[in-house]
Amino acid sequence: MVCDGLAIACVKRMLAFFVIVIVLAGDAGGPASSQQVNAAAASHRTNGLGAWQKVYSVMVSPRCLNCHTATNYPQQGDDRHRHIANVIRGPRDKGVVALSCSTCHQSPNADSTGVPGAHNWHLAPLSMKWQDANDRPLSSAEVCRSVLRLLDGPHLLKHHEEEPLVLWAFSPGRHPDGTTRTLPPLTHEEFVEATRQWVEAGTPCP
Amino acid sequence: MTTIHILVNGERKTITVDPSTPLLWVLREELKLTGTKYGCGIGACGACTVHLDGAGTRSCLVPVSLVGDRKIVTIEGVASDPIGRVVQNAWVDNDVVQCGYCQSGQIMSVVALLKSNRKPTNANIEESMGGNLCRCGTYVRIREAIKSAAERLA
Amino acid sequence: MNRRTFFRISAAATGGFLIGMYFDFPMSAQAAPKVYPPDAFVHIKPSGEIVIMVNRVEVGQGTSTALPMILAEELDADWSKVIAEIAPAADVYKDPVVGMQMLGGSISIANSYQQYRELGARTRAMLISAAADGWLVAPEQCRTANSIVYGPANQKASYAELAEDAARRPIPEKVQLKDPSEFRLIGKPTRRLDGRAKSNGSQKFSIDLDFPGMKVALLARPPVFFGRVRSFDDADARNVPGVVDVFEIPLAKGKGSAVAVVADRFWAAKQARDRLNIDWDLSAVEHADSGELRSRFNGLSRTTGKIAVNRGDAKAIDTVGADKRIVAEYEFPYLAHAPMEPLNITLRNDGDRAEAWTTSQVPDTQRQAMAEVLGLPADRITYHIGFAGGAFGRRGTLDEHLEREVAAVAKRMRGIPIKLIWTREDDVPGGYYRPMVAHRVEVGVGDDGMPSAWRHVVVGQGIVLGTPFESFYAKDGIEALLIEGTSDTRYAIPNFQVSVHHPTVNVPVLSWRSVGYSHNTFVVETLIDELALRANADPIAYRLKLVDPSAKRQRAALSLLNEKSGWRNALPPKHACGIALSEYHETASACAADVSIEDGRPRIHRVSVAVACGLAVNPMTIENQFQGGLAFGVTQLMAKGAITLKHGRVDQRNFDGYTPPYIKDAPVAVDVHIVPSAEPPTAVGECPVPLIAPAVVNALARLTGKRYRSLPLVTL
Repeated sequence: MVCDGLAIACVKRMLAFFVIVIVLAGDAGGPASSQQVNAAAASHRTNGLGAWQKVYSVMVSPRCLNCHTATNYPQQGDDRHRHIANVIRGPRDKGVVALSCSTCHQSPNADSTGVPGAHNWHLAPLSMKWQDANDRPLSSAEVCRSVLRLLDGPHLLKHHEEEPLVLWAFSPGRHPDGTTRTLPPLTHEEFVEATRQWVEAGTPCP
Repeated sequence: MTTIHILVNGERKTITVDPSTPLLWVLREELKLTGTKYGCGIGACGACTVHLDGAGTRSCLVPVSLVGDRKIVTIEGVASDPIGRVVQNAWVDNDVVQCGYCQSGQIMSVVALLKSNRKPTNANIEESMGGNLCRCGTYVRIREAIKSAAERLA
Repeated sequence: MNRRTFFRISAAATGGFLIGMYFDFPMSAQAAPKVYPPDAFVHIKPSGEIVIMVNRVEVGQGTSTALPMILAEELDADWSKVIAEIAPAADVYKDPVVGMQMLGGSISIANSYQQYRELGARTRAMLISAAADGWLVAPEQCRTANSIVYGPANQKASYAELAEDAARRPIPEKVQLKDPSEFRLIGKPTRRLDGRAKSNGSQKFSIDLDFPGMKVALLARPPVFFGRVRSFDDADARNVPGVVDVFEIPLAKGKGSAVAVVADRFWAAKQARDRLNIDWDLSAVEHADSGELRSRFNGLSRTTGKIAVNRGDAKAIDTVGADKRIVAEYEFPYLAHAPMEPLNITLRNDGDRAEAWTTSQVPDTQRQAMAEVLGLPADRITYHIGFAGGAFGRRGTLDEHLEREVAAVAKRMRGIPIKLIWTREDDVPGGYYRPMVAHRVEVGVGDDGMPSAWRHVVVGQGIVLGTPFESFYAKDGIEALLIEGTSDTRYAIPNFQVSVHHPTVNVPVLSWRSVGYSHNTFVVETLIDELALRANADPIAYRLKLVDPSAKRQRAALSLLNEKSGWRNALPPKHACGIALSEYHETASACAADVSIEDGRPRIHRVSVAVACGLAVNPMTIENQFQGGLAFGVTQLMAKGAITLKHGRVDQRNFDGYTPPYIKDAPVAVDVHIVPSAEPPTAVGECPVPLIAPAVVNALARLTGKRYRSLPLVTL
């Protein structure tokens, strides 16, 4: 899934820009003035940044952030405390022998015992860390740039649309007392839509 | 209440239970296999550790409805595994236990470790056993017994 | 030993006014028999197996191996055929010195050593008598070995063959005990008898017991200690399949009430309890709050309390200049015991009699309480005692709450075995903690670097005050249990005063393994270490100099530790060694801990321990207890090793909020060295616990230059 997409992303951004310029030029009914093009591009960028903010708001919400750590441990809870029982990342992000993620986490949520679950439950790799070594969320700019080092827009969109662990965040199951886990600030559909808008805006970063 | 079939220590068992019941309580109360213990109910202590298809699993957290046809092995069945026998003998030879309540879970975790890694380092031991609680503090002897079991398996 | 002068706190050689604490047992109406009947303790089966009854619960401390060793030694039994069983509640199993059946104070071996030796010797004498009569020889002409009696002319008879005849013979008044030089078992490191069963899942704990028709009971307890149920709605709870009944019961001695849920299975009971809607009346009880308690206790610590020890001139400290005076304030939180097997008890009430299965540390009072609730004489309750999944003091309650709870349920459900379980979420916030304590100490430093004055105030709830046990451990409103470790110090400190405040708080408290030593030894040993550092003295040499010359065991432990801890002079960089000395009930022990800081936590690489505990009956048990007890003592250092309250509610629910030591928190390696001795055995089980926290903190002080006076250690 991860492509060394810098070049491709760049090309696609340039293409998107020119497409927008041509379209705007068409709308104006005549050759676009550079002022109009700049204004259009700026507005496009603003929309894209707005979409990115929405995407970012989900990425740094607890259901996502708790597994996108910069450390050798996951977090849990809305207060994002260090996960109990000394579970650690392990060599392949799945914990260690006899104390792996699947020692407790099954494929579906286990609501009666309050354990969240999804297929292949594991930590996001360190390359996808959205916090620093002191468990503080990275800034919007930092996360944006990080994302683009890993994936190009379409691949990120696919990740957001289809990855089971991402989908889990939007049906995160219940605590043993029956209350639902806190959801991210958007629905999955809104999250995917925001991602799409950001991609179409040329994946601008703040 | 649902009728469920599970495979426990090589035998097929049929039980009628509330499917949300954790596997731990099905083992203890329906099948009377009390070797697997209740220590906390939140997966923090490991006293409830069993194997599901060979992998260490905290049975207090797994509703029996999610087990499926995975093979369950409990402390009562681990002696039929050669590694299980070696570990249990090492436990006795090294006089590991005190109150003993956590030890089923410790042993099941150790067997899972040794099945995957015959020569665990001190760091491996500490990481893999890092979530098994012992209030009596038998950790020093647990380390020694794991090393001694590994030597025997070498 | 005079039964009524047990636990006398020994005065330092320098004398002075000192509280002597006495055991006084008004409830032991009959004197414990001097000659214990062997048939209550030893059963030799036709198969040759020898079942030895152990007169107190096994909680992991290993007395269910050591006591049989003592008896088997004098009996000349084949050790491979010995099986241990825990005795039920009965007069004959009362502790011979204390006069009640109990596990506590690390007295098991100390008090039953002589008793079990005599039991073994008497049984042997009766077997010989049976053989000798059969062979028409004199008993003196016979000898025994490995469960066989040998006659003068090569006759042989096994104990199994002789047992029935022997049991009918009169119990000899006089006994012949072995000379210790003849010991084959006592003194040899011996693996525990229950090791195999506890390693293969076959050992039953009381939570594992199953009986036909048994029901499980869980209680919904008040969120503030001893609140009451005003009303409850159980409609949803009763809809859970398998629920049998839901009703209110009183809690211990009319203090508060709870709602009991009785169901076929644990999970049904738990689901039902979660669906209860209870309206609590919390108006009549104090809502304890850690913030308020801290300021209250700290305030009290700055005033003189009831004076417990006064030696020399209590005002001498006031004339010590500021540069020669250390003023130290210490804080210790409530601590939960949290044994791995949560509290549970099974009781079947048949109306005119009852049967209970438990792992009680004080069966006498607890059975009595059960009888009171059921309206039966105590001797109509058969009270089985088994193997416990840890206790650390938690199963020795003084208000018999668990027994009263199950009796209140069983009273309504005649003929049905009721297994009452405390879930871990009941246990952690459920009270009966090691008290929260504040200390304030003013120490004067003499020109020679030794303490010239020591004025010490301790603030904490009394554990036995207001209970039937008050006269055992308290006198004139001063409870010895709060100040032991300071009041009985063997350091020869002049101008020494200890005073105490016992505030009343609505948080139930209880003995936590090593009791008052758990915090007092921390205070004393960290201050002594600070003095040693100031004097630029080796911490072991300083203690040897300060300890009273007559404190033989302390001196022996320190000297042996010095010999065995040569490694402390060759530590790797960023490691430091911390020393601590402790006494617990006539046993002295000292340790050296090799500590570094990893990931912001103390990493304990190695601990060397020296212990002077008299004769070591089973050196393997002693080693085990010290290795384990040090790890247990690390509970005090854990970042989440504290119970706190906000407006009456305990903050912690389970091991996620109250986190005991895991393998990486405990010492990696522990080597134990026992001072050789032929003196009668003294305490072991609790002795290691007070050592580790001060030793680690003394090492940390050398690494960081900081003083750690507030536990738990949250940041270094």
